[in-house]
Amino acid sequence: MGDQTARRRWMGILARIPGAELEAALDRLNNRPRYDLLRGPEIGLAMVRGRAGGDGQRFNLGEMTLTRCSLRLAEGGIVGHGYVTGRDRHRAELAAFCDALMQAPDFHDRLETALIAPAERAQREAKARVEADVATSKVDFFTMVRGDSA
Amino acid sequence: MSDMTTELMPAADLLPGFSDPGADARGVFRAMLEAISYPGRVVPLPMALAAPEPLNATVAAVLLAMADLDTPVWLAPEYATASVRQYLAFHCGCPLVETRGHAAFAVVTPEDDLSGLGIGTAENPEKSAMVIVPVPWLGRGSELQLTGPGIQDETDISVPALSAALLDGFARNGATFPQGLDLVLAAPERLICLPRTTTVRRA
Repeated sequence: MGDQTARRRWMGILARIPGAELEAALDRLNNRPRYDLLRGPEIGLAMVRGRAGGDGQRFNLGEMTLTRCSLRLAEGGIVGHGYVTGRDRHRAELAAFCDALMQAPDFHDRLETALIAPAERAQREAKARVEADVATSKVDFFTMVRGDSA
Repeated sequence: MSDMTTELMPAADLLPGFSDPGADARGVFRAMLEAISYPGRVVPLPMALAAPEPLNATVAAVLLAMADLDTPVWLAPEYATASVRQYLAFHCGCPLVETRGHAAFAVVTPEDDLSGLGIGTAENPEKSAMVIVPVPWLGRGSELQLTGPGIQDETDISVPALSAALLDGFARNGATFPQGLDLVLAAPERLICLPRTTTVRRA
């Protein structure tokens, strides 16, 4: 289960890294392994669901475009999956390739330090900036309880 | 999009599906349409495909083209290996059912007797199962004589390994029409369809 949590973390980070950055990080790897495509890259729709207030009834917020790709490393047969928002097929393929490499002992540490960790930091900072920006305009709604029943 | 959890299983022997999913699925659909329209006609599989053991390429191609999240599939225990289950879960996302009466597509062995498969209802005879039977080869021959709609006079085919129990099961279609079962005889690179309207006589 620990493996799945770790993989969920890096897949989430990979899904948000721009294609050019993925490409640049992979270019810096020497002896980049070959791979075969299992499915895609293909563009599809996913229904995004939300909960009112974060804990209310589930509702369908709307559909979003996403692109997915699955591939298998030619040696060792490790399978990688990439899911990215939007219609960039190449980026989905690169994300899937990075997911496969992150599972390969030979590449995991190198990719973690060169790509995943810096991207995680950048994504966290960007998110914090937006949240700080939005927080200034936050309004808390509440309803006064009338003392009828007292 | 299929279920993420099934895709994250160990997948060392997972095979690729159609190389061009849209065009290949259309090609298989077209081949099946031709085969159903002309019962007994030997229709070639329009593409090469690596199938997970022990399925042959035609069975895999038919399932890739026809099965999706809304089509329950039943596999005879002989065919329900881990690699086949993984292949179908990944490429089709189809539910694999334990009870074959619930299946929209059933892969049965040539020795089977077709009992318990869904023949549809009187109101909805089309809700019957399409039965896929893997066979080692098939061709023109004189073993089985076919007559019925879509066949001028008579077509003769030769299919090895089809048991008497299976042919008897198919003959029961005559008593239940319009409910009934449609067969796809799937050899490695070609297929023959026997819709429920076809009458099969053994020579």
